[in-house]
Amino acid sequence: MIGEVAQWLTTSEHWSGPDGVPRHVVEHLQYSLVAVLIAVAVALPVGLLIGHTGRGTFVIVFTANGLRALPTLGLLVFFVVLISPHIHGRGEAAYLVPTEIVLVLIAVPAVLSGAYAGVQAVPADTRDAARGMGMLGRQVLVHVEVPCALPLIISGIRSAALQVIATATIGAYVSLGGLGRFIFDGLSAHDYPQMAAGALLVALLALAVDLTLAGVQRLVVSPGVSGRYSRRAGTAAGAAPVAASVRQAS
Amino acid sequence: MIDYFTAHRDEILGWLGWHARLAGLPLVLGLAIALPLGWLARRSRWIYPPMVSAAGLLYTIPSLALFVILPGILHTRILDPVNVVVALTVYTVALLVRVVADGLGAVPADVALAATAMGYRGFQRFFGVDLPIAVPVIAAGLRVAAVSNVSLVAVAATIGVPQLGQLFTTGFQLAYQVPVLDGIVLCLLLAFGFDVLILLAARLLTPWRRAVSR
Repeated sequence: MIGEVAQWLTTSEHWSGPDGVPRHVVEHLQYSLVAVLIAVAVALPVGLLIGHTGRGTFVIVFTANGLRALPTLGLLVFFVVLISPHIHGRGEAAYLVPTEIVLVLIAVPAVLSGAYAGVQAVPADTRDAARGMGMLGRQVLVHVEVPCALPLIISGIRSAALQVIATATIGAYVSLGGLGRFIFDGLSAHDYPQMAAGALLVALLALAVDLTLAGVQRLVVSPGVSGRYSRRAGTAAGAAPVAASVRQAS
Repeated sequence: MIDYFTAHRDEILGWLGWHARLAGLPLVLGLAIALPLGWLARRSRWIYPPMVSAAGLLYTIPSLALFVILPGILHTRILDPVNVVVALTVYTVALLVRVVADGLGAVPADVALAATAMGYRGFQRFFGVDLPIAVPVIAAGLRVAAVSNVSLVAVAATIGVPQLGQLFTTGFQLAYQVPVLDGIVLCLLLAFGFDVLILLAARLLTPWRRAVSR
C-alpha cells in the first residue's frame, strides 16, 4: 500500500500539466490565501476594537460558538446550491464564489477571538503605564496592546489558516480544483494510491503553512513579549513580566 | 423543510443515530486515552512539551486527509466507519491531552496541601482530589471536541460513510437546498444535545460547585 503511494508520488507525469501536483498546490494556496486575507481584513480590526473598548463582546461569543457549530460541508453545499445557479459564464466562478464565502466564514471566528483574547490579556498595569506616559487611546492600541497581543493574534490566524486549508480540500467535492481533486478523482476511479497521495500532500501543505506562519510569528513578535532575548541584551529584562503574563493567558 | 423531513423520516433518523454514534464514541474513547496521557504529562516535566507539540501536529492534519490515509495504515476498507471513529478519536485526544494536563495542574495549592495532610496519596489522590477539581476544565475541552466532531463526521459523507452528511451530498446532487438545511439544523441540534449532556454530567460530578454558587 505504502509502496503504491510512493510510486504514485514519484511518477513524473503526476507532477506536470493541468492535473499535476504543482498546479493543484498553487490552486489550493490561492483559494486559502484569498479567504484568510479577507477574513483578517474584516475580523482583525473588529477583534482589536472589541478587545480595546471591551464593548460588543457578544459578537465574539456569537461567532465563536455559533459559527463553529455549523457543519462546514453543509455550509459549503448550501452556498453552492444557493449561489451557483445565479452565476453564469466564466466556468469556475460559479463554484469559486460560494466556496470563498464559506472559507471566509470559517476563518473569521478564529481570527476574531485571537485578536480579542490577545488585547484582553494585556495586563491592566501595562495599559495604565502607557496611559500614564501620555499615550492616547489609539496610541495605546497600536504601540502597546497590538505588540503584546501579537502571539495570540498570529495563533488565531494560524488556526484559521489550518481550518481554511482543510475545508478548501472539500472544495474539490463541489468540483473546484486544489489538492482535494486527487482525493475525489481517486475515489471515483477506485484509485486508492491517488487518494492517499492527495491526502498526504494536503497534510504536508497544512504542516508547511503552519510552520511558515510559526516562523513569521518568531520574526515579528518582539523578543520582550515572547521572552526570547539573548543574555547580552539583558537590559530587555524589564519586559519579562509582560511576557510572562501574556504567555500565561495563552 | 419539515415536509422533506417527514417524507424521509426513517432514513434521516437512521442517519442521525449513526451521526450521534460516530461523533459520540470518539469522545468517550478520546477521553479514556487522554486522561492517562494528561496525567503522565503532568507528572513529568519533560513529557509535557513534546506531548503538546505532537498533539498540535496531529491537529494540523485536515480531517478528509486523515479519513483517507487511515485505511492505508489500518488496512480497513475506505468506507469503513471505523476510519471515522479512529480519526476523530485522534483529534479528540490531541485536543484533550493538553486540557487534561493543564486542568490537573490547576489544583489550588491549599487544596493540594489539605489533601496531603489528610493522607491522600497516589491513585486515591488522583481520583479523589485532582480529577474532580479538573472536571470543569475537562468538560469545557470536551464541549469543543463534541462540536467539532459533529461537523467533521459530516465531512466523511463526501467519501460515502452514511450519516447526516448524506443530506448535504444529496442536496448537492439534486441542487436542492431543503435537505441541506435539514442537515444543518439536525447537526446543530445534535451538537447542542452533546453540549447539554456534557454540561449535565459535569454538574453531577461537581456537586460542591452548586453549594458554593448557592
